[in-house]
Amino acid sequence: MTGELASPPVLRMAVLTAAVLVGATALVGVLRLARPRGNYGELVARVRSWWVMATVFFAALLVDARLSLVFFGFLSFWALKEYVTLLETRPADHRALFWAFLAVPAQYLLVGVGWYGMFVLFIPVYMFLFLPLTLVLAGEPGGFVRSASQIQWGVMAFVFGLSHLGNLLRFAEPLPPGVDGRTLVLFLVFVTEMSDVLQYVWGKLLGRRPILPTISPHKTWEGFVGGVASASVLSLLVRFLTPFPVWETLLVALLVCVVGFFGGAVMSAVKRDLGTKDFGSLIPGHGGVLDRVDSLCYSAPVFFHYVRYFY
Amino acid sequence: MSGTSTRRSRDLAQILFFVLFVKPFLALFIGLRVRGREHLEMPDPFVLVANHSSHLDTVSLLSLFPLRRLGRIRPCAAADYFGRNPLVLALSRTLFNILPIARTNIRTEDHPIQRMREALDRGESLILFPEGTRGRGSEIGELKAGVAYLAEQIPGLTVIPAYLENMGRALPKGEVLPVPFFCEVRVGAPRRLVGSREEMLAQLREALEALRVRETSRSPSGSSTAT
Repeated sequence: MTGELASPPVLRMAVLTAAVLVGATALVGVLRLARPRGNYGELVARVRSWWVMATVFFAALLVDARLSLVFFGFLSFWALKEYVTLLETRPADHRALFWAFLAVPAQYLLVGVGWYGMFVLFIPVYMFLFLPLTLVLAGEPGGFVRSASQIQWGVMAFVFGLSHLGNLLRFAEPLPPGVDGRTLVLFLVFVTEMSDVLQYVWGKLLGRRPILPTISPHKTWEGFVGGVASASVLSLLVRFLTPFPVWETLLVALLVCVVGFFGGAVMSAVKRDLGTKDFGSLIPGHGGVLDRVDSLCYSAPVFFHYVRYFY
Repeated sequence: MSGTSTRRSRDLAQILFFVLFVKPFLALFIGLRVRGREHLEMPDPFVLVANHSSHLDTVSLLSLFPLRRLGRIRPCAAADYFGRNPLVLALSRTLFNILPIARTNIRTEDHPIQRMREALDRGESLILFPEGTRGRGSEIGELKAGVAYLAEQIPGLTVIPAYLENMGRALPKGEVLPVPFFCEVRVGAPRRLVGSREEMLAQLREALEALRVRETSRSPSGSSTAT
């Protein structure tokens, strides 16, 4: 897996991504010329950030398989950091939080050595049993249930959930020539992020009826349907990354988009509860890392198990 | 002169320590955010005053300065605590360039104010935690009068307030292993303290409180997210 630098499908995908970004950059330029009085600061920042994110992502994916894992591990780490910083934690949570963070390298190490059984069990079973123990040893019963729950939830979502991206990368079952773990990751990330962006765009253009008014007023039926439908159709453009026939590509993309929407909605509820609009400020125009990977926390495990079961 | 060369190798050790360990640690593990760094572009000497809740405080403040300035920045540190054994003392002198300050058994020849004045007279800047010890939580404890004595004796002394957020969550008193909460340093505008000692301390507290309550604002362009 570390041998060849770039298989043709990966290169093709890099060119396609660059084309999409050139298109987006040009579109923003045209908008600015056509309606110079609009406020494009956020839009410009977003597109620029997409260039940076795509470049970093492809670099991490192309250079070396271990580097890709380190990159995904860092995404998990940063997302967990953003989440934990916003939590109301007690001094007694200190050691449990330390162990929770240690689960990041441990989980990605399990991916790296290919120990699938432990990869699946480690966080949902062993961390689940172990973290409350560290809280008990801190000797502070007030707020115990809340601490145990919120820490375990974060580790599940941002370490366990996201690490499926890494495991997908190492997907070892026989696949058609040209298709491998990397191309599956590219497909999943492309469809999930396209769905996010297009839901946002359709929502801005036509959005009227909110789906979840108490959770996120910006998520509308128009945005949801438009985004999911258009991202699913666009997935056909990148079918060369997958072993799927046309009908299955559409079906899987639909699944990924809908599940990704649930992920975004869950993170919106988390943000609303913790009283913030964005999780951080690392990515200009986007907020934090968590704001960008929220849908992936959901779509990665579902897509992974779909491929694992059927291929 | 051997004094100069010892000093040079100490400076080099500190710079290497900061480049190889402290800076990567603060950037990648803690994710330290800095606001108001431009306020530190002041000629030495000045006194940088901050709240204190963690051992991370001193490293974080030192990391705000360009490497070549490190040799002239002296964090004031409790002699009884950092001098508790020769190894800790040697390490904190070498890597953090501390100015040991007596908290107990104060005699005239090593009076804290005197030691700090000497350093300032040599053109060195000080980092001072006027709470005197690490506190718990985000509140600012009672401020000791040392900084006011200093300002009284050196008219025109520049004081720079800074507030450190979340350091006490990342590495609280009594813990050895850090948890990577995002931390932030907010540096306020340089100022002079005027009036009586009580008034000086009140001005200082006001400046620190203003930095403390300033909302951890996010980047202006990141004010909204995709659905």
